[in-house]
Amino acid sequence: MTDLAAISGSVNTIGYGLAAIGPGIGVALVFAAYIQASARQPESAGYNRTWLVLGFALVEALALFGLVLAFAVS
Amino acid sequence: MSGQLVAAGLPWPPSVEDFYPPDVAGPWVTKFTLMIWLAVGLLIIFFMATYRNPKLVPSKGQWMAESVYGLVRDNIAREQMGKDGIRFAPYFTVLFCFIVVTNLFGVVPGLQISPNSHIAFPIVLALVSYVMYLYIGARKHGLARYLKQSLILPGVPWPMHFLLIPIEFLQTFVVRPVTLAVRLFANMFAGHLILLVFTVGGFVMLASDNLFVQISSLAAFLMAIVMAFFEVLVALLQAYVFVTLTANYIGSSLADEH
Repeated sequence: MTDLAAISGSVNTIGYGLAAIGPGIGVALVFAAYIQASARQPESAGYNRTWLVLGFALVEALALFGLVLAFAVS
Repeated sequence: MSGQLVAAGLPWPPSVEDFYPPDVAGPWVTKFTLMIWLAVGLLIIFFMATYRNPKLVPSKGQWMAESVYGLVRDNIAREQMGKDGIRFAPYFTVLFCFIVVTNLFGVVPGLQISPNSHIAFPIVLALVSYVMYLYIGARKHGLARYLKQSLILPGVPWPMHFLLIPIEFLQTFVVRPVTLAVRLFANMFAGHLILLVFTVGGFVMLASDNLFVQISSLAAFLMAIVMAFFEVLVALLQAYVFVTLTANYIGSSLADEH
């Protein structure tokens, strides 16, 4: 039997793609909430920015774990 | 088969080996140690030169140094820790500047790799923050009370503690320092990898024997330029995030109630 199609590479790439779904949605929620909050109450934008960065950083960490593990696990 | 897209002498696809430039002189003097010393030297010279003779009407250099200090003190230290944060502001400023400078080495021509893209350097920075907030918490409240405060949530039914204490322990003593180090490392690692993909990929496409692929390499080079600017943004943002989180952790160690 002959191979009709074949790809080569690391399955880790797919794993990282899966790992990025959750943080992608999470980061979107964080920014959506920030935009909504500062649109409703523009004077709170400065105060919220700190928590925006904090929430963004905490959510993004998960995607970065995926990236690191994609390289670390072989 | 990726064999049709191989240019002579270029490492393609980019891999972890690309993060290890050859040693400059023996295993103790690498490109990274030299860059760290360069960053330390630059910062010392910058702050010494600008603060040696401070004036009421600041010169350009003094104004720049004061702006950085003011940014960290007002937007990070005071925002996260309140009044207590002011005495930590000098440390945060130096930490912020050091991370910014070492991160920006990733886009400086000739250096072009950030020391923070090796996990060793972020680990040291995170360890300093880790020891700092544990020590400050233990000094302010006493070790037993600090542990009680950070492990036991008030106002929950007692059987929940079997679940909550391990979670709180993991959160405060394991996840915090690990994410602090990994976040900085992974951002710089990913940034360098992205730049490698677009620049080396551009050259690989240029070396192809297909005219269409050769023309398409233009897009890769354009993208490399865009990504270089994006890396500058990430470098500043990650320094800000690192210092903000450090301030937040120290602030939560100092807080009286949970």
